[in-house]
Amino acid sequence: MSALTELGLAEARDGLRAKTFSARELAEAHIAAVEAARPLNAFLCETPEKARAMAAESDARLARGAARPLEGLPLAIKDLFCTENVPTTAGSRILEGFTPPYESTVTAHLWRDGAVMLGKANLDEFAMGSANVTSAFGPVENPWRRRGDNRPLVPGGSSGGSAAAVAARAALGATGTDTGGSIRQPASFCGIVGLKPTYGRCSRWGTVAFASSLDQAGPMTRSVKDAAIMLQSMAGYDPKDSTSAAVPVPDFEAALSGDIRGLKIGIPREYRIDGMPQEIEAVWQRGIDWLKDAGAVPVEVSLKLTKYALPAYYIIAPAEASSNLARYDGVRFGLRVPGESLDEMYEGTRAEGFGAEVRRRILIGTYVLSAGYYDAYYLKAQRVRALIARDFDEAFKSCDVLLTPTAPSAAFAIGEKSDDPIAMYLNDVFTVGVSLAGLPAISVPAGLSGDGLPLGLQLIGRAFDEETVLRAGTAIERAADFTAEPSFIAGRA
Amino acid sequence: MSLIKGETGDWEMVIGLEVHAQVISNAKLFSGASTAFGGEPNTQVSLVDAAFPGMLPVINRHCVEQAVKSGLGINAEINLVSVFDRKNYFYADLPAGYQISQYTRPIVGKGKLVIDLPDGSAREIGITRLHLEQDAGKSLHDQHPSQTYVDLNRAGVALMEIVSEPDLRSAEEAGAYLKKLRSILRYLGTCDGNMEEGSLRCDCNVSVRKPGGALGTRCEIKNVNSIRFVMQAIEHEARRQVAVIEEGGAIKQETRLFDSGRGVTRPMRSKEEAHDYRYFPDPDLLPLELDRTWVEEVRRGLPELPDAKKARFVAQYKLSPYEAGVLADEQASADYFETAAKGRDAKLACNWVMGDLFGALNKLGLDIVRSPVKAGQLGGLIDLIADNTISGRIAKDVFQEMLASGKSAAAIVEEKGLRQVTDRGAIEQAIDAILAKEPEKIAEYRAGKDKLLGYFVGQVMKATGGKANPGLVNQLLKKKLAG
Repeated sequence: MSALTELGLAEARDGLRAKTFSARELAEAHIAAVEAARPLNAFLCETPEKARAMAAESDARLARGAARPLEGLPLAIKDLFCTENVPTTAGSRILEGFTPPYESTVTAHLWRDGAVMLGKANLDEFAMGSANVTSAFGPVENPWRRRGDNRPLVPGGSSGGSAAAVAARAALGATGTDTGGSIRQPASFCGIVGLKPTYGRCSRWGTVAFASSLDQAGPMTRSVKDAAIMLQSMAGYDPKDSTSAAVPVPDFEAALSGDIRGLKIGIPREYRIDGMPQEIEAVWQRGIDWLKDAGAVPVEVSLKLTKYALPAYYIIAPAEASSNLARYDGVRFGLRVPGESLDEMYEGTRAEGFGAEVRRRILIGTYVLSAGYYDAYYLKAQRVRALIARDFDEAFKSCDVLLTPTAPSAAFAIGEKSDDPIAMYLNDVFTVGVSLAGLPAISVPAGLSGDGLPLGLQLIGRAFDEETVLRAGTAIERAADFTAEPSFIAGRA
Repeated sequence: MSLIKGETGDWEMVIGLEVHAQVISNAKLFSGASTAFGGEPNTQVSLVDAAFPGMLPVINRHCVEQAVKSGLGINAEINLVSVFDRKNYFYADLPAGYQISQYTRPIVGKGKLVIDLPDGSAREIGITRLHLEQDAGKSLHDQHPSQTYVDLNRAGVALMEIVSEPDLRSAEEAGAYLKKLRSILRYLGTCDGNMEEGSLRCDCNVSVRKPGGALGTRCEIKNVNSIRFVMQAIEHEARRQVAVIEEGGAIKQETRLFDSGRGVTRPMRSKEEAHDYRYFPDPDLLPLELDRTWVEEVRRGLPELPDAKKARFVAQYKLSPYEAGVLADEQASADYFETAAKGRDAKLACNWVMGDLFGALNKLGLDIVRSPVKAGQLGGLIDLIADNTISGRIAKDVFQEMLASGKSAAAIVEEKGLRQVTDRGAIEQAIDAILAKEPEKIAEYRAGKDKLLGYFVGQVMKATGGKANPGLVNQLLKKKLAG
């Protein structure tokens, strides 16, 4: 059965429709793979019974020729999406035991379209992290290992469980969320495709909030085409989310021609940061050459404020988080540590319920919003944010899509950088600017590092122009012909 | 302006009010949950109100329209772009840990309203702003010996915070301001103004100074819930401040509470007010943008407001400003009056509404909309007086009967045979019968005791069961007594 888990999402869809195998068989293969992948700690909650029931419904629909777009396709769901009657933790103690009586809009779209739920994927606590080491339920292991080195590596974060599950062939695809790089960076670390759509493309309703003005759901898959197929279902205007965009959802699969002749590819010179590893530089150059070979025209562009993106992000995101996370107070749901007074209950609950990184960001966020500091930090960061968005607007006057590395390094070992939050935050250096500007971006595997780890390239598009991003992503995917596999593949002996 | 007489001379009060007015709306400001008053605890709470993970606010269009209407009603600028901010603080009845409010960019800017003072004068009071915000839930401390219960029915209900300029100079003016504001909001149908149910609450900012001098340090009295208490609280607070200053002390800027039982203000515990609210724009909500033509549409749909109505009543019906003011204070009274006065003697209608009707309703404890005598029926009674079918005296009895039975005046007059006697012959007959029995009194009258006319009139009226036309009785009696 293991062969079924090695299909792409699109191939599996075709196989089901051709009745080569059943949704039940596909689900069973994945349920077994999820079990086999337990050493990775990629799942916080497995839902095999739900998967079987959904697959049975899919088989019935396939039999009567009424297949929905994602009929019978098993997916992992980042445990930041609230799922009705399935525990949702956001990777935090404070939500341990919380079972939402509602379904997030994005996952509701997936089930509406026939997808099958395998379980909830591990993540950094409240999506705060770049290595999936802040989860209250233990770190996730990257299925990749360095050549000649057996130390477990991080999968990146915060969507580390999703990335590891997809890379290890335990799910055909997974949902992720990206606030400053949380889809793209783990995709790069695990050698898969991760797409952060334009802010507003996917509804945030029912997704546990980290930083509301930045959070955006997106697909994580093993191919660009699979990402397009998943996004098609996830996207769409939602009147329940005031920041979701009332714009039409194009046919993303139709944008996969890979024909980029004449397309102008912007190369932002400020992304050549000091101390960037040679192999990152090299893979970037290779990407430029590939696109040129495919008929695109590289143009150098300037994103002058790039160096301010990271500091601005690490003010705005914690500020919003400090307020968004105030609701975890022990009063209505989740963990409650009783106390003699209300304040004692708050203090006990939040001290025990939140991990160190979440506490750090709440403190930073509270600080930058405090009287006397607001103007110097939060307000200034918002101004920088507006200028960064303008930088991108300017750049897009001379190009159609930007090409950059996704992350400044390949995956590192669990434990590395963990005691240095600044070093950890630097992982987001190429991704946060895009988040601040609310633009769509994809990470596509482009090659291997010297010690055999995947490296991704990021393509950034204009707002709501995921189609160009997908088209250029297809070109990179074809040229890169990334066939390397992780050392751990679920279901393979 | 009323000054406080202190040991060191006169003191002037400087008062500004912050009114929280609950918006009339079926649903809450950012969720679809009901806003009905008096529901069982926690039965009118959506997942948004309870701030469950991933829940998002969506602005209620109706509440926005209500705020715009209110703004137009107080002659204020409507801001076509406004922003919702989060006011962050922890409390058990504030589920999200923040209140969504408007801080730097409210929906309504500067406005004004005119207050009417008992001496007949009027004064314009500036309004700084009106903004929309959510109410919090309610903590119930009396349900359990050691625990607090929380009722979230009210959490998320839309409030308008209406802030006045520090233009008020006495407790009386503050009372007049609240009355006028409440009257306008009721006319607009944007707030029911019911202070007992908490749909109108008031924070009072009070300071004192030597007349015309520099502003003093102010204290804020939180959450006062009746106009009478507002006036008492201000009066007490101003006198307290004068006493403190005159004793050589200084006023500390602080938040105080009004103890209505003892009629005094006392400081809130400092912990209750030591907040840094960390306001910032709510990233879950886009700036609220209004269309100018829509605002103009709302403006065109506004009803006639109390000041305009009062002026019209004076001009159109020749009422005194006082009468016009009383009638225009509430839309229902004004409507009642206009219906009763339509095509009739307006002054007479005004006297009946403000006299007998208001008196009766007051005694019965009824609102004018639930008056047993409808406006048209009172008009019918006035018609019977006007065409001499009954006298004003009989009309009072008929009115009491109308209150009790709900029947029309004409039916009661018919039923009880109260039609006025205007037949000269019949009245002369009654007069002759009385005069025949009173030769001494006639002599006294003729000797100059004019007052006896009243006695004779009374006797004739009594003999006719009050139905004789009093004018005619007077006229005929005088003639006969003259001999």
